Amino acid sequence: MLWEAFRLALRAIRRNMLRSFLTVLGVVIGVAAVIAMVTVGQGSSAKVSADVASLGTNVLVLRPGKAQMGPPSGGRDTSPLFTLRDAEALRSLSVVAAASPSSSSSVTVVSGNTNTTTTVTGIDADFFDVRAWPLVLGRSFTEAEEKGGAAVCILGETMRQTLFGNTDPTGEQVRLKSMSCEVIGLLEAKGASSFGTDQDDLILMPIRTLQRRIAGNTDVARISISLASGVSTKHGIAEIETLMRERRRISLGEDDDFSVTDMKQISSVLAGISNVLTGLLSSVAAVSLVVGGIGIMNIMLVSVTERTREIGIRLAVGAEARQVLTQFLVEAVVLSLIGGVIGILLGLGLAAIGSAFMNIQFAPDIRVILIAFAFSALVGVVFGYFPARRAARLDPIEALRYQ
Amino acid sequence: MASPDTPPSPDNPATPLIQLRAITRSYGTGEAFVCALEAVDLTIQQGEFVAIMGPSGSGKSTAMNIIGCLDRPTSGQYLFNGVEVAGLNQDQRALLRRHYLGFVFQGFNLLARTSALENVELPLIYKGMPRAERQARARAALARVGLAGRETHDPSQLSGGQQQRVAIARALASQPMVLLADEPTGNLDTQRSEEIMQLLVELNRTEGLTIIMVTHEEDMAAHAGRLVTFRDGRLASDVAVQAGVS
Repeated sequence: MLWEAFRLALRAIRRNMLRSFLTVLGVVIGVAAVIAMVTVGQGSSAKVSADVASLGTNVLVLRPGKAQMGPPSGGRDTSPLFTLRDAEALRSLSVVAAASPSSSSSVTVVSGNTNTTTTVTGIDADFFDVRAWPLVLGRSFTEAEEKGGAAVCILGETMRQTLFGNTDPTGEQVRLKSMSCEVIGLLEAKGASSFGTDQDDLILMPIRTLQRRIAGNTDVARISISLASGVSTKHGIAEIETLMRERRRISLGEDDDFSVTDMKQISSVLAGISNVLTGLLSSVAAVSLVVGGIGIMNIMLVSVTERTREIGIRLAVGAEARQVLTQFLVEAVVLSLIGGVIGILLGLGLAAIGSAFMNIQFAPDIRVILIAFAFSALVGVVFGYFPARRAARLDPIEALRYQ
Repeated sequence: MASPDTPPSPDNPATPLIQLRAITRSYGTGEAFVCALEAVDLTIQQGEFVAIMGPSGSGKSTAMNIIGCLDRPTSGQYLFNGVEVAGLNQDQRALLRRHYLGFVFQGFNLLARTSALENVELPLIYKGMPRAERQARARAALARVGLAGRETHDPSQLSGGQQQRVAIARALASQPMVLLADEPTGNLDTQRSEEIMQLLVELNRTEGLTIIMVTHEEDMAAHAGRLVTFRDGRLASDVAVQAGVS
C-alpha cells in the first residue's frame, strides 16, 4: 500500500511539474542555505585554527603591555619593550625550551626602480621552527650572520612578486632605508590570513641587523617561547611571569606590564567565534526551511481541494480514511524530499564556490547532509499532515458531488 | 463483520440481500430540520433489478446513499445480507463498499489523466490485490463491457458511453454483490443510454447481478424488473415491471 502511495505521489507530482517545482523551491532554498552555511562555516573554522597553528602550536607569546585577548594590536603601549637579554634570561629557565625574540619595523624597500613599503621583521633562527614556515629558495641565516648583524634578508612571496616578478631573487640586492641588503632566501607562500591580511607581505632579517641598522635601538617587541616537554602551560606561564616581574622590577600588588598569551587559547576562542557565527547563520537559514514547509502545506491544501472529487471516488470504491491520509502524507513527504535532495546538491555547489572564493577547504560533512535530508522529510510530515487529514475527513457524498 | 472477505452471512436464499426497516434520515435541528427519508421499509432480493424513481427532493438519492453505505440513517435498521450495518462507522462502511458494493454515477467519476485500465484497477488496489492479478482482472472487466483494446486510453479520449462502460467495469472488477447506479444514463444521448441499459440488463440476466438504479427517465426504468417510487421522503409505490414493455 505504501508503495502504491509512493507511485501515486510521483504521478501527482509529475502531473503538475511547474507547480511542484515552485512548491519545493522553498525547501530547496532552505536546505541549500543551511548546507552552504554549515559547510562554509566549518571550513572557515578549520582555516582559523590552521592559521593560528601557523603562528606556532604550543607556543606562548610574551608581549609588553597589559594582558589582552585576540589578535595582536598595533597600538603603542607605554610599557617598556624587551631586550635580547630578556630572551637569554628566559632561555635559562628550566621550563623553557626555546625563546625567540622578534621585532618589526615598517620600511620602504627599493630594488632597481621599483619601490614599496613593507614590514621588516627581525628574528633569530628559531623562528622557522617555531612558526613551521619553510623556505622554498635559498637558505636561512648562519649563526655568524645572526650574531654579527649581517646585511642579509629573506623575502615573502608578495615581496618577491613586487620586486622581482617570478624570477629567483636570491643573490639580488635590495635597499632598506640607507642599507643595502642581500636576498638569501624566499619563504613559502601562505596567502591571506583569516583576518584578511597578506601574510606574505614581509621581509625577514636577523634581529640584530634590524636593531642596529634600521630601528637604531635594542628593543625586542615580542618573544615567542616554547616550553620544555612535560611542562604544563599553566606552570610555564607562572615561571615566566615570576622571572619577568623580577627583571622589570614590578613590586608586589602592582599589575604586570607585559602579557603571556597561549596561542592554543586564542585558537579555541577564534574557533568558538566562528562556530557561533555558523550556528547563527544556519538558524536563519533554518527559518527559510520552515517557510518552505508552509509553502508545501499551502499547495497540499490547494491540491486536496482540487482533488476533492478524486478523494470522493477513492472513498466510494472502498478507501479507508487512513489510506487517503497516507496517500497525501506520502505525497507531501516525497515533495519535500525531492526539495531536500535538490537543496543538498545546490547547497554543496554553493559551498564549493564559496570555499574557493574564500580560499578555504571545501569539506562537506556527511552528518550535516543526513540531518538536512531527515529534516526535509520531517517538514513534509509536519506540514503535510494537516492537509492530508483534511482529505481523509472528507465526506464521500459531499466529495463526489464537488464540481 | 468478522472478516471483510467472507460475506456478512451465509448466502441463504431465504435471506434478502437488502432490508431497510423504518429507515429515517434527517438533517439539521430546529428551523433547519429536514427529514429526507421517513420510515422507509424496502426489501430487495438477490438478483433483482430495481429502478428507483421520484422527483428531486423525494429522498431517492438519500435512500441510494444509505443502501450504498455512503451515508448512515438517523434511525432504523439496515440489514445487508442479514447483517445489521446501520451502526457501522466510516471505515467499516468503507470495507463494506470495497468488498460487496459497486458504484456507477451519472458523471462517470473516473480519475482524470489516468488510463481506463488503472481506473478499473482502483478498487482492487484497496483490496490489496497483487499487481499482475489486478491487471488481469481489470482487463477482463474492460473486455466484459466491450472495451478490450482501450486499456491505455484516458477518459478524455473516450466518448461518454465508453466512459460509463469504464465506470461499470470498475464496479464489476471487485465482483460486488450489488451494483448501485445513480442516474447512469443521465449524461448520455438516447442511443448510448440504450446501450448502457442493455449492458446492465445483460449483467443482471446472465450473471444474476443485483442492480439498483436511480433514474428519472421512465424509458430507462422500464428495463428494470421492479419500480420503486419515492415522494416526499416516503415510499410512494413499489410495483413489478414487465421487462421490455413500456
